Amino acid sequence: MEFEWIRIPWALLTLFIVFNFGLLMNATIQKIAARVGRRHGIPVWQNYVDLIKNYSIRTSITHGVMFYLGPVFRLSGGVGLLMFVPVIYGSEMFSNFSFTGDLILALYFVFFGTLGMALGAGESGHPYSAIGITRGLAQMTASELPFALAVFAVALQYQTLSITDIVAAQQGGILNWTVFTNPLAVAAAMLAFLGSMMRPPFDVAMAPQEVPIGPPTEYHSSFLALMQTNRALFPVAKMTVYVSLFFGGAASWPVFFLKVFLLYMWSAFVGVVFPRFRVEQSIRWFLIWAVPLGVLAIVTV
Amino acid sequence: MKEELIKRVVKTPDGQEIEINPMEDYFCQAGPTVQPPAYTAIIEKLFNWARSESLWILGYGTGCGAIEMRPLMTPRFDAYRYGIQWRPTPRQANLLVISGYLSVKTLKRVIRSYEQMQGPKFVVGLGSCTINGGMYWDSYNTIKRLDDFLPVDVYIAGCMPRPEALLAGFEELKKIIRAGKGEGANTYAENFEWYKANQKRVIKDWDMPDYSW
Repeated sequence: MEFEWIRIPWALLTLFIVFNFGLLMNATIQKIAARVGRRHGIPVWQNYVDLIKNYSIRTSITHGVMFYLGPVFRLSGGVGLLMFVPVIYGSEMFSNFSFTGDLILALYFVFFGTLGMALGAGESGHPYSAIGITRGLAQMTASELPFALAVFAVALQYQTLSITDIVAAQQGGILNWTVFTNPLAVAAAMLAFLGSMMRPPFDVAMAPQEVPIGPPTEYHSSFLALMQTNRALFPVAKMTVYVSLFFGGAASWPVFFLKVFLLYMWSAFVGVVFPRFRVEQSIRWFLIWAVPLGVLAIVTV
Repeated sequence: MKEELIKRVVKTPDGQEIEINPMEDYFCQAGPTVQPPAYTAIIEKLFNWARSESLWILGYGTGCGAIEMRPLMTPRFDAYRYGIQWRPTPRQANLLVISGYLSVKTLKRVIRSYEQMQGPKFVVGLGSCTINGGMYWDSYNTIKRLDDFLPVDVYIAGCMPRPEALLAGFEELKKIIRAGKGEGANTYAENFEWYKANQKRVIKDWDMPDYSW
């Protein structure tokens, strides 16, 4: 296949749109969570200001090479995931660098950032970082299991590893979406989704009230800003995978924005209603409720 | 000084005699340096605006005044509206609120926390105790003037000042930062010897490096 250079600027445009959408959506979700607590919450543009502030800090302390690379890995996890997933179905411009086996790559990239973060935070030498990373990785592994099972069930169902083909197979009406054709797999994946969004009840690794504040304890200035950038990109990139696999993909930006927002609201709703799990509770929860659903999805597909 | 921090000679398992000086071996000895605004004026203005609109407070209550910060996080006063947030680690915070009286024991931790924050950083003295000792003016173990130990940007008078007073103080601090006068970190670096001498005068058991990176 011949490579077209025009795809690079298009991919950068996707990145730009998703970055801004992610920042605004994160702030909106924070505002919604604040309203549940009867507060007004932050202004919608607050995340931009925080980002500029952190990039403008004049000094920074390093703890070694991996400390530098941690946020870089984290960001490349988010950017990489976004780059290899077709964001808008049927659009030449916004299908990015998707290819026939991109589902496997996406599955890998979802985990990539966390691993990079583990190395970086480990080198910072702060005990809270080490505790946070241990908890985070344990919980991530438990929540990744039902997600992987669900993805394999969907791949088996459509007999393909290409996200574009999976979206294509769901076209032609809402009843063709995976959520209706394979509800077990989607149920498992949606439970796993809660675990990967870093919101309560599964935010014990990052919550400021627990180990303050877990992996990024030592990260500051532009290191932290890189991670904040990823915080805008990565959830949207991950939800792009979810929308494509389970909810019929998106054929235009407004549909994409709506579906991603509603998907995010699922974790926000659960987050404001339920209190925080300890890490062994959340692992047990995933193994008892989510993994059997995933196994069932694989068996019955 | 604690025993484990004293310079000593130890014998290694293979019979060598080596000298261990924990303060120099474990900690960086370099002092702070003045960090100039490195960009053109318009960018520095943008940065100053961003710094003023994104005040991250270190969640560290030094005295009874910390109780006035809690209502700011809750619905009635909700400081998040003004871009004020709390961070649990000094690395990410850029505003240190000295909330009330400061005992000598706490001063030590305050200095370490302040030095670990990354510049530009700001200090707000909350309550009369930080101005002149307040009701602890003749206490044997609290400091009287916070300004002798850390460069303070804004004082909020009162005993205790209400949360509204805090919000007003933060708004005042925002004006100072936007005007480009929030250079406490540089003041600290410029007058480092003076601040250290003052700190060491009251802290008798000084067992930490001169500057905690």
